[in-house]
Amino acid sequence: MGKLTIGCFASLVGSLTLDFAVKLAGAALEKGHKVDFWVSGNGTMLSIKGQRAFKDYSFLEKSVQELMEKGLTITACEACAEARGYHADNTMEGFKRHSMDWYLASTFDADRVLHIGGE
Amino acid sequence: MATTTLGFIIQRPPYKSENPKLALTHAIASQSVEVYLEDGDLVTADIAFVGDGVLNCLKDQKAQDTYDLSSTETHIKMSLLLDLNVMVCKEDLDRFGLTEDDIVMDAEEFGADINVRVVPYSEIAKMMEEMNHLLFF
Repeated sequence: MGKLTIGCFASLVGSLTLDFAVKLAGAALEKGHKVDFWVSGNGTMLSIKGQRAFKDYSFLEKSVQELMEKGLTITACEACAEARGYHADNTMEGFKRHSMDWYLASTFDADRVLHIGGE
Repeated sequence: MATTTLGFIIQRPPYKSENPKLALTHAIASQSVEVYLEDGDLVTADIAFVGDGVLNCLKDQKAQDTYDLSSTETHIKMSLLLDLNVMVCKEDLDRFGLTEDDIVMDAEEFGADINVRVVPYSEIAKMMEEMNHLLFF
């Protein structure tokens, strides 16, 4: 099995880019691959806990929690999050926060790097 | 000891989105990646501006004066200071009627030893073929 590193910079709400990236991560985990998931820029919105599900807005907290239980490693850019007021005490349990070099380090032994979207 | 090579391809114009600046800050982060790796292992970053992305390289940007934010120009200069390979597509500069006189080419005031390289797209394509992974911004 391989290792997939996914980077996504799109926000939780505003497009379905992040939804796609999370679904892709889930599909890769189901196939037995290791998945590292990095969010930066507006993508750090994904890390916030207490998301409320509405039918008109993307809601990924539950999906991310389920994927973490299946082994997903998911990390937010700490500076990008702090700049947006997303602090550690408002971050989903298990969601890591690191500087950008974490993402690059993850690519080191990745079989594939998929850098998805931005705004 | 091993090296993973990353190509950062910047194709969006500056300031309209965060992408170009994120590309540069992530590329610069290659300088501190060793803390996560075994001794001797490296991740390197090459940067190429193509398409509308070449507009990021215009010099005399006023982001600091106007918005109190570091400019994309400053990040390019930081990349040069860190000896990152920064390329700009010549054909796309020509398309905008721009020359080397219009863009940031060096960072002498930062103490950088290397310059931005204006190159034909074929050279950027060659770089992309040689990289382990490509990241498009």
